[in-house]
Amino acid sequence: MTHLSPLRTPAAAAFDPRVVKRDFPIFARHPGLVFLDSGASAQKPAVVIDGVAEFYRSDYANIHRGVYRLSARSTELYEAARERARRFLNARDAAEIVFVRGATEAINLVANSWGATFLAPGDEVVITELEHHANIVPWQLLRDRVGFTLKVAPVDATGGLDLAAFEALLGPRTKLVAVTHLANATGALLPVEAIVRLAHAKGAKVLIDGCQAAPRMPVDVRALGCDFYTFSGHKTYGPTGIGVLYARKAILDAMPPWQGGGDMILNVTFEQTTFQDPPARFEAGTPDISGAIGLAVALDYIDGLGREAILAHEAALTAYGVDRLSRLPGVHIVGAGQQRYAILSLNVDGIHPHDLATILDQHHIAVRAGHHCAQPLVDKLGLGATTRASFGVYNDESDIDALADAIVAAQKMFKR
Amino acid sequence: MDLRDLYQDIILDHGQHPRNFRKQEQPSHFANGHNPLCGDRVTVYVTLDGDRIRDVSFQGRGCAISQASASLMTEILKGKTLAEAEALFAGFRAKVTGGEAPPTPAPLEDDMERLEPLTGVKSYPARVKCATLAWHAFEAALRGGATVKTE
Repeated sequence: MTHLSPLRTPAAAAFDPRVVKRDFPIFARHPGLVFLDSGASAQKPAVVIDGVAEFYRSDYANIHRGVYRLSARSTELYEAARERARRFLNARDAAEIVFVRGATEAINLVANSWGATFLAPGDEVVITELEHHANIVPWQLLRDRVGFTLKVAPVDATGGLDLAAFEALLGPRTKLVAVTHLANATGALLPVEAIVRLAHAKGAKVLIDGCQAAPRMPVDVRALGCDFYTFSGHKTYGPTGIGVLYARKAILDAMPPWQGGGDMILNVTFEQTTFQDPPARFEAGTPDISGAIGLAVALDYIDGLGREAILAHEAALTAYGVDRLSRLPGVHIVGAGQQRYAILSLNVDGIHPHDLATILDQHHIAVRAGHHCAQPLVDKLGLGATTRASFGVYNDESDIDALADAIVAAQKMFKR
Repeated sequence: MDLRDLYQDIILDHGQHPRNFRKQEQPSHFANGHNPLCGDRVTVYVTLDGDRIRDVSFQGRGCAISQASASLMTEILKGKTLAEAEALFAGFRAKVTGGEAPPTPAPLEDDMERLEPLTGVKSYPARVKCATLAWHAFEAALRGGATVKTE
C-alpha cells in the first residue's frame, strides 16, 4: 500500500485558544474568569468593539436617506455588511439577507409575514422537542390566530431527534418544518440535511434556527437547501441587537411586509402605499446600522479563525468535557443523541442547578442554570432545570478542569 | 461573603429534609409559586382557624434556598395569627432585600432569629427571589389563591 499524505492537516493543530483569548478584552479585565456561557451570548473580540466605535467616530449617518457623502458612506458600509452575511451563509444573493434584531425577531417575521399569508386552517407546522422558546412560541401565537396544527417531533431515548418519528409526522398538509440546527439546551446536532430532504419531499418549507450552529460550524444554505435560516449576532461574537434572516429570494418576494414605516416603502399616499422589494421591505425604520457593521467584523473574525478550525477545537473540547465530567461520581450529562457540540447540560446529584451555579460563580465560573429557554424539553427529561456549560473559541481544557474541581467542591459543601 | 454563610448547615438540612412537605387534602387556602427564571416551584397549603394558622405545609421542587425557606416558613407560621404572619413576612422581606426592616414585635423576635440564616441571600441578588418565593405563595393563598411568579 502506497503512503498517502493526509488530504489536509487537522485544523485544530493551528488553533490555539490561549492565543485567541487575548483577542477578548473581557478576560484582561477579569483575569480569573472561566466563561462557560457562550451559548447564551459570546464575548466580543476587540476588533468588534473597536469596529463599532470606529464606525461611530468616522462614518456614522443614517442610511438610505441623505444625499450627502457621509450618509452614502454609511449606506455603503451597511450594505457591505449584508454582503458579508451573504458570504457567511453562502446565499446566492445579498437581497436574500434581511437584518433583524436577532433570531427571535427573524422567526417572528417569518411567522407573521410568510406564515400569516400562506398557512391556513388544517395545515400543519412541525417543530421538535429540542427547540428554543423562540422557535415554539411564535408558532403557537400564529396557530391561535390562523388555526393550523402544530406538531412536535420527539427526541429519542438518547436525547437526539427521533428521525423516524419526525418523518412519520410529515404529511400532505405539512407546510412548514421549523427546527434548530444545534439544540441550545443540550448541544444535540440535528440531521438538518435529512430534515430538509424529507420535508421538501412533502412540499413543506424548512426554517432552520442556526443560533448555536453559526458561531461554530460552516453553514451553506444552498447546500442545505433550506428555505429560511437565521442566527443572532451576539452569539457569533458580534453586537447585541442584530441578527440575520436568510430566505430564498422567490419566497421573500412573495412575502408581505410585517412592519410598516420608513425605508420599506416606494411611495406613500393616504390612500395607498407601495412597498420596496426585499430585503428593504422587511427593514422598516432606521435599522441597527452599527450592529450590522459590528456583525460584519465578527463574521470576518470567525472566518479568519476558520469555522472548520473552530468546530474541530470545540469538538475536541466537548469530548474532553464529556470524558472529564462523566468520571465525577454523581455528575450526569444530559443526553444529546449521536453528536453534540460545545454544550454540556449537567445534573449533579443532590445539588440543584441554581445552587450549583451560585457556588460556581464563587469560583469565577460563569454557567447558565435553569431551563435554557427550552422548558418543554427540560420538563420532558424530568429535570426542571439543568446546569449548562457552553464553549467558545476562547475556552480550553483548563476551563473544564476548573469546572470539574468546582463541582467537587460544591459536592463537598453539600455533603457536610 | 463566604459561601458557607449562604449555605449554612440549617439551610442544607431544611433544603435536603424539608419539614411539612405534604399536600393538604382540604386546605382552606392554597396557591402556587413559580420562579420562571430558574424553574423553582412551590405549592403552599394553609388551613385557617379564624384568623389563626392551624396548619401550613408545602410541596415543590427547586434549589436548596427555596426549599429551605419554604420549610422554615411552615415551621414558623404554624399557630401564628395572620397579623403576626404579615409582620414576619414584612421583616423577612426587608432583611433579604437589604431594605428598611420594620421593628419586630417582641413576641416574634425568636422567629425572626430563626429566619436569620436565609438573609445571606441579600449578597446574591439573583437568589433573593428563591428565598421569598414560598412567602409570596403564602400571601397569594390568603388573597384567594393564584399562581404567583417571582423572577
